[in-house]
Amino acid sequence: MKNKWNGLANYIGTFAALIILCAALSIASPNFLDKTNLMSILKQTSFNALLSTGMLLTLITAGIDLSVGATATFGACVAGAMVRLGVHNPIVLFFSVLAVSGTIGLINGLLLTRLHLPHPFVSTLGMKNVLWGAALIITASQMISFSNTGAEGIMLLGSATILGGFPISFLVVLFIYILMHILLTRTALGRSIYCAGGNMEATRLSGIHAENVLTFCYIMSGLMAGFAGIVSIGRSGICNGANAIQPYDTDAIAACIIGGASFMGGKGTMVGTMLGALIIAVLRNGFTLLSVPSAWQNLVLGLVIIGAVLLDVTRERMQRNKRQKEAGQEKGGEKA
Amino acid sequence: MSEYIVELRDVRKSFPGVVALDAMKLGVKPGEILGLIGENGAGKSTLIKVLTGVHRPDSGKIIVDGRERVFRNPEQAIEAGIACVYQELNIEKLLSVTDNIFINKWIRKGALLDYAAMHKKASELLKGLGLDVDVHKAAGLYGMGVQQMIEVSKALLTDAKCIIMDEPTSSLSEKEVEQLLKICRGLRERGIGILFVSHKLEELFLLCDRVTVIRDGKYVDTRETKDWDNDALIKAMVGRSLDNQFPKEYGKRSEKPMLEVRNLSRSGVLHDISFRAYGGEVLGFSGLVGAGRTETMRAIFGADPIDSGEILVKGKKVKIRSPRDAIREKIAFLTEDRKGQGLVLAESIQNNLILANLRGFSRGLFLNKNKIRTQGEKRMSELSIKATGQEERVSQLSGGNQQKVVIGKWINTDADIYIFDEATRGIDVGAKVEVYQVINQLVKEGKCVIMVSSEMPEILGMSDRVIVMREGRITGEMGRETDAFNQEDVMKAAWEV
Repeated sequence: MKNKWNGLANYIGTFAALIILCAALSIASPNFLDKTNLMSILKQTSFNALLSTGMLLTLITAGIDLSVGATATFGACVAGAMVRLGVHNPIVLFFSVLAVSGTIGLINGLLLTRLHLPHPFVSTLGMKNVLWGAALIITASQMISFSNTGAEGIMLLGSATILGGFPISFLVVLFIYILMHILLTRTALGRSIYCAGGNMEATRLSGIHAENVLTFCYIMSGLMAGFAGIVSIGRSGICNGANAIQPYDTDAIAACIIGGASFMGGKGTMVGTMLGALIIAVLRNGFTLLSVPSAWQNLVLGLVIIGAVLLDVTRERMQRNKRQKEAGQEKGGEKA
Repeated sequence: MSEYIVELRDVRKSFPGVVALDAMKLGVKPGEILGLIGENGAGKSTLIKVLTGVHRPDSGKIIVDGRERVFRNPEQAIEAGIACVYQELNIEKLLSVTDNIFINKWIRKGALLDYAAMHKKASELLKGLGLDVDVHKAAGLYGMGVQQMIEVSKALLTDAKCIIMDEPTSSLSEKEVEQLLKICRGLRERGIGILFVSHKLEELFLLCDRVTVIRDGKYVDTRETKDWDNDALIKAMVGRSLDNQFPKEYGKRSEKPMLEVRNLSRSGVLHDISFRAYGGEVLGFSGLVGAGRTETMRAIFGADPIDSGEILVKGKKVKIRSPRDAIREKIAFLTEDRKGQGLVLAESIQNNLILANLRGFSRGLFLNKNKIRTQGEKRMSELSIKATGQEERVSQLSGGNQQKVVIGKWINTDADIYIFDEATRGIDVGAKVEVYQVINQLVKEGKCVIMVSSEMPEILGMSDRVIVMREGRITGEMGRETDAFNQEDVMKAAWEV
């Protein structure tokens, strides 16, 4: 029970930051609390929240996946290229994209666990560039529109709403987050993921195929990114290979870190990551409402990311100091 | 004026809970090679670290060249003329030989480095040691022998008067050893004093002028090499009585072996290892650090690959390719490196306890929280793990309690064969006894316990049978009931050719 409350206490700071941010924006801009605007924030959150899901898994294992944004773009472009080739069945398109993105994740995982590339930072950064090039090649460097092609069905996931404006994409994201939360907290696989991030060797020597656990995380990361790619089709109606180098990955990292994940691995939760993704979406939305020039948007978001990392490091240090202090007191107590 | 170039007088160094050195003395004369020998844990490493300024002694004197010195850091020891070639070399493999020798001692010409001069000097230093090495090339391209000489050159560059060699031959080929011995003699002729720390008796006899023996952090004896022989050295190293700190209890030994290992080999590491371990007995594995005991256990457990050999569990031949396979065959392995390989430090006691048997703690797809909690409580009280609760992070526990968590993790796998590798290392005496009691309990339940330990009293105090290893081979086996079950015979098997 005590643990449960401790768990919630971890989110209070992040949650408060989100509330304060919303309060400030609702004062600064009368349109902020408008229902359409709020729904549009949720829509924007969906895309980043999906990328963050995979990012979180890899961060927990003390890795990283810098190719999530490019995977999403490439996935969308695969759908676009298929439409051009005359494939219009949304179900076929949907599963093709997931198959492709899952394979990309599998390759990332195998590069790390079977070919033993040093840190996934390098391999996934390479993969990002590969996908950027590939996305431009398969689309002949052109934007492809999905409207009036007969394949509009694929756009539903990213564009459809229910209950008077609530985006389906966000509902799906919530569903995925709940599933992932259960996976991470209630299953043997989830435990293995955290432990592999905390101490790979101890996990391996405990009879867990840590390599497979890691590969699973990268496959999930690919799948989630592919899913995000499909959502992006619905949002914009197009696919554009040039988007592969948008800073989607950094947004995802920022969401995870703000939500309590650590580059050192072994930490991070779905609840925290959702709060992180919401904060970033609100921030981006606020910039648009207040007509902040895009140069300033980039600058501030960059600072937020640096701040989040700084927060992570400071948090680690404070916890360590606190532990040492407690340990010291205990020892002192024993002597007395 | 002292006859020694470097001298320790009455040095004491303690760490929380342990006195590592007490009333230690030692003197190296200029132009002599002094051998230093002692059992695992006799205090050799601490002694080296005191001489090189890594540790500051609590009391006592370090005298260099007739002057008392206090080293606040390793740099000051180097300045005073004491250099050390550590067992683990500090070579930057990608940098050139010259860069390695001149690290932090660069010759400058204005704001730039004078590479011409440095290459020349580096070349000269190595030539002086009888080596013809292209100093422009990366140090990693050369073998261990040359890399060691790069370290020696570093020492010579700082005008070292005394060079400490810590187990210098442990990773050298036969030919390289010969060369090293030659170079040591050359250095002696130049008037440099050498402190030669080695496990290998034959080398000491070949090379040293005098040999000092230490034991349990204390000075034992120093004699001219010609006044020592094998037996005298071993007796001096052992020379202690076993006190009764081992609550040994006996189980009923099983008829058939629970674990049988046949001709296990791994190129360059393990040679033809065969033994049997029975239920209801403690099989001790003794030997020096690096004798291949841990490697044997890792091979059995599937943590390292093997080249050839068979493993039989309860008479049945099994294929073990990974720790997972080993756990399926009911083998448990407490690694010697508790923090690096045994525990996920950032996780709770509870989460560490279930780690080796997640499937057993699941019901269908999900973890069985109730079972995890009740079983956790049980293990914590059984093993008397002292903590605020199951949710406490293991990083906050003392070494002894951490070790008990690791033991609990393996008991949770319901294993039949328990391999304890240095299970009592770095934990206090009370916790040690608790670990022994767990071993007793396991043996009484008919389980098979293999205990790897570098502590001789522990091996003799707890084992029913001892296997001794040296350089990747089994060199002796003695049962508790036999006359050979004593320190000297075990030591002989561990040290002698």
